[in-house]
Amino acid sequence: MKFGVIVFPGSNCDHDAYHVISKHVGQPVDFIWHRETDLSTYDAVILPGGFSYGDYLRAGALARFSPVMNSVKKFAESGRFVLGICNGFQILCEAGLLPGALIRNRDLHFICEHIHVRVETSDSPYTNEMKTGTVLRIPIAHAEGNYICDDNTLAELQREDRIVFRYCEPDGSITDAANPNGSRDNIAGICSRERNVLGLMPHPERACEDLLGSSDGRDIFRSLAATVAAAV
Amino acid sequence: MKAKVYVNLKSGVLDPQGKAIQHSVELLGFSGISDIRQGKYFEIALDGTVDQQSARESVEKMAREVLSNPIIEDYRVEIEA
Repeated sequence: MKFGVIVFPGSNCDHDAYHVISKHVGQPVDFIWHRETDLSTYDAVILPGGFSYGDYLRAGALARFSPVMNSVKKFAESGRFVLGICNGFQILCEAGLLPGALIRNRDLHFICEHIHVRVETSDSPYTNEMKTGTVLRIPIAHAEGNYICDDNTLAELQREDRIVFRYCEPDGSITDAANPNGSRDNIAGICSRERNVLGLMPHPERACEDLLGSSDGRDIFRSLAATVAAAV
Repeated sequence: MKAKVYVNLKSGVLDPQGKAIQHSVELLGFSGISDIRQGKYFEIALDGTVDQQSARESVEKMAREVLSNPIIEDYRVEIEA
């Protein structure tokens, strides 16, 4: 089992992701510079958070044209696992690997705080070690996390059980007050139709040690590791 | 030859920056404003080796695939000789 963390110019959560995979998942992991194109030795890649290309034009818009992204597309098509966190989620949407877009937060602010998300489905490679309905306390840190999509896309996401995480109250109830950024339907994370590509705005890699205020994020990596182990 | 590309959020897409700008403008005393939407404007200098028609086609493609995100934005291209 081998993981890769893709490093774009401006990525800044790459080391956090690397640390979690090596220390908590306990698996080999490489940094992959965005100019590389060979992903053949990897089972899962992470597109980390940060500000790739300084968020120029739109968040994630320019990273999509990095040489590695063609390989990430093929990697995803081959059924291997792609996890996009925060800026990684924005890149996956810009690249068309996930539907919808992430626009400016409803209240304009850059929000950096711990929030709660509810696991909406345990039928994903990233949540299958958790029960549907589990509430996770994980930080967010973004200015463009307001998920938007058209009515058809939303209906499709709901019908295909592809909304993986939704912003919620500590008790798990879904309210507008628990929605930090105005995301449609409180969406915090979605997966691809084949379920192997996940994008989410919260940062599970920053919630893997009690010292950091929460270790709830570990269950996401634990699920992924178990899925990869079963697949290889 | 010069191309001008205007990119705007689609109507219905929330524009909190436009709202904040509108609020500030109103604080300055301007009244009668029903809405402000913020967009982007690009000037693209073309070296003149292509005709206007093919220039338009390539700038349209650029606007569609890079300068705008068709999920949330519309664009308009103008070509100046």
